[in-house]
Amino acid sequence: MSLVNFTSREITCKIVYYGPGRSGKTTNLHYIYQRVPDTRRGRMVSLATQTDRTLFFDFLPIDLGQISGFTTRFQLYTVPGQVYYNATRRLVLQGADGVVFVGDSQARQLDENIESLQNLQSNLLEHGVDVRTMPLVIQYNKQDLPRELILTTAELDDALNFRGVPSFAADALHGTGVFETLKGISELVLKKLATGSPTT
Amino acid sequence: MTSSLNPRFTFETFVVGSANRLAVTAGRTVAENPGSAYNPLFIYSGSGLGKTHVLMAIGHAAKALAPQLNIEYLTLDEYVEAFHAAIAAGQGDAFRRRFQNVGVLLVDDVQFLTNRKEMQAELLRLTEALQQAGHQIVLASDRPPAEIADLDERLISRFSGGLVVDMGVPDYETRVAILRRKAEERGTAFQPGVLEAIAKIDYPNVRELMGALNRVIAFQSVNEMPVNEEAVRKVLGTSSAASPAAASSTVASPDEFSQFLTDVTATVGKAVEAWRARVAEAVMRWQGEGYRTGRLEALLERDTPAAVDEAIAAYVQDVERLKALEAEVAALDPQAAGDKVFHDPERMDEAEATAGRMREGVAPPPAPSAAFPLESYQAGPSNEVALNAARDAISKPGKKYNPLVIVGKSGLGKTHLLNAIGLQLAKKKGAIVACLSTQDFVDELIAAIDGNRVDWWRARYRRCTALLLDDIQLLAGKERTQEELFNLFNQFLDAERQLVFTAPAHPNTLEGLEERIVSRLGGGLVAELGEPDREVRRSVLERLLTHQHVGTDTALLDYLADRPVDSARSLTGLVQRVVEAAAAEDSPVTAGLARDVLEGAAAARRTAGGAPRTSGIVVSSAGGVRSREKMVWDWPAAGERVIEDMR
Repeated sequence: MSLVNFTSREITCKIVYYGPGRSGKTTNLHYIYQRVPDTRRGRMVSLATQTDRTLFFDFLPIDLGQISGFTTRFQLYTVPGQVYYNATRRLVLQGADGVVFVGDSQARQLDENIESLQNLQSNLLEHGVDVRTMPLVIQYNKQDLPRELILTTAELDDALNFRGVPSFAADALHGTGVFETLKGISELVLKKLATGSPTT
Repeated sequence: MTSSLNPRFTFETFVVGSANRLAVTAGRTVAENPGSAYNPLFIYSGSGLGKTHVLMAIGHAAKALAPQLNIEYLTLDEYVEAFHAAIAAGQGDAFRRRFQNVGVLLVDDVQFLTNRKEMQAELLRLTEALQQAGHQIVLASDRPPAEIADLDERLISRFSGGLVVDMGVPDYETRVAILRRKAEERGTAFQPGVLEAIAKIDYPNVRELMGALNRVIAFQSVNEMPVNEEAVRKVLGTSSAASPAAASSTVASPDEFSQFLTDVTATVGKAVEAWRARVAEAVMRWQGEGYRTGRLEALLERDTPAAVDEAIAAYVQDVERLKALEAEVAALDPQAAGDKVFHDPERMDEAEATAGRMREGVAPPPAPSAAFPLESYQAGPSNEVALNAARDAISKPGKKYNPLVIVGKSGLGKTHLLNAIGLQLAKKKGAIVACLSTQDFVDELIAAIDGNRVDWWRARYRRCTALLLDDIQLLAGKERTQEELFNLFNQFLDAERQLVFTAPAHPNTLEGLEERIVSRLGGGLVAELGEPDREVRRSVLERLLTHQHVGTDTALLDYLADRPVDSARSLTGLVQRVVEAAAAEDSPVTAGLARDVLEGAAAARRTAGGAPRTSGIVVSSAGGVRSREKMVWDWPAAGERVIEDMR
């Protein structure tokens, strides 16, 4: 998928929210969905189980309109976090321009976070993408939980963010940090667009 | 009648915050690419939020980038006034023309279009005209187009067709920034926290904010004591409790999306800067024409523009060179012109090499032989018609007799005359004359078919300015060659290029030629060469003898010229025999010797002397003549008359 198409003057960014199960990826998308004016958003597609777990993926297209003469669209995807849906995750990851890793700040979820991050790396490799070249930001979600349950962002940075990518504290349920995260990943993706547009 | 741009209202003096960033970015884009980015650009905001400032800033920026650009700023009221004045003066058309030539038209306060039907129609017409001419139009209003009461639907859709952006009330930080800048402009210093205190008050627009600042400045100047936060509140009549903007909650401001949009716009704007657009345009253009643009695409991958225009210019130059090469090659060989190397500037060397090979490969077609100059062609009554026709063909090639068919029996000088015409035609500037025997012509075509280069072969002849074929009767039965010749024929006739042929007899009587060729051959002039008359014979003999370094005594000339011969070539045989006999006997060539040789007395001596005997056999080139015999037509003596059958 071409990120920037000079012929049809279009910019399309595919951003995938990745992370362990129940870390709040879909919640991120829901919050964004609520904030985007009706005219700018497409229908949010959400395939969930009865208990509201993401079954396949969520998809939220956002139309940013004409920017510098380019029709700009963002496509936000989430992957199902549960371990056994790896094939779907890999599928959704295909052609992604940027990844938001939504981590669960709860101390007892640390292992799941690490496992999911490793899973992201291996799935990207399956697509022939080096995780170091992929625009990536990390969001530490659920920072609103009581202090004794969660790790601080500094601790989480130490544990997860060994590449030193931009990281954001967030409370996706109430919206704190959601748009900051989206803005962060957008800047990385668009900066990459500026330095060299991937052809496939 | 037009307001001039206020020099203070530029982008540099405009404080950009999240509420107006989109409008400013759009404005800058429009100023950089008038008429192409967003047209029309419609900016709306409440009063006192900087519409006029942005509008004039666009004007300044556009003017700075393109000083020759004609920029007009005016309010709608001024426009209406000017229009009415023009109508009253009967200058309506001039008025329209004047505005249609404006490169960037900035119209302020468009909301006053309400209830002005005729002005709406006028503005609609103007907008359409400007858009069509690729001129920029920027409009400002205090409300979006759809909310301007009583506005024509068509105008609404026009205005909304470009970009409609709004400017909101500046946020707290922006307000502080504005206040700082204004205070600096006034040369007033405040205690820390004073400007922040002013900014905390929720004024509906910047103008009122400026009013508040002015009051505080005035207060400070009369009191001689620097004002503090408390004094500010007193002066401005607000209690410390009323600071609504202070609680700037981070959570769930409804404006999150537009803020995000603004940020993305800024990022994208940087990414797709003007130079990228130029490169992209060039890429699109040349890709559209089928050229490889890898070199230009590589430019897009750079961070910074490094001599982009030079690179594009160099690329265009290369493409032009490729086009020239391709055109050249196309003339030589249409098939080779489609080669991909002519569409890839990266393979310029290969293209040059291909064209070079092509140039060498296409040696010009066989040229007329220099051995047959027109000057040595002996004129006489028997060939007068043909010679005159030849002269006409030389002086007006392709115009008078086309084709010219020279008809005559073998040995009468058809080939000589053909080559002589060719030599004369070749002297003209830019002339490429193909002059060859029909047999060679056929052989070349066969070789071309064999080598799969028929296009090349065709192109080679199509370039010629004249085509001269000897012994056209040899085309008999050569269907493919007739087909090709037929096509060439038509092209040459259309382009008025000279065609000359020779044939042993009138084309009508030649066998094995297609009707369409025959009729075309007969369509020009068929000029017959008669048997040489005595005058011609005598001058031919004179030339031959001189050529053999034999004295031309009159008795010899007269004797030889009176011999019954039917062609000029047989005279050559006569002279040859006489000269050889004289050489064998080591005696001068005289009329007596000639008589001995030619009338039999010398026959025995010649055999005894063992002198090489010239066969005297001339093979007629008349392949299409009905008799396929080879004839001995120069009888050495009555007793030696022999007919040899062709084996």
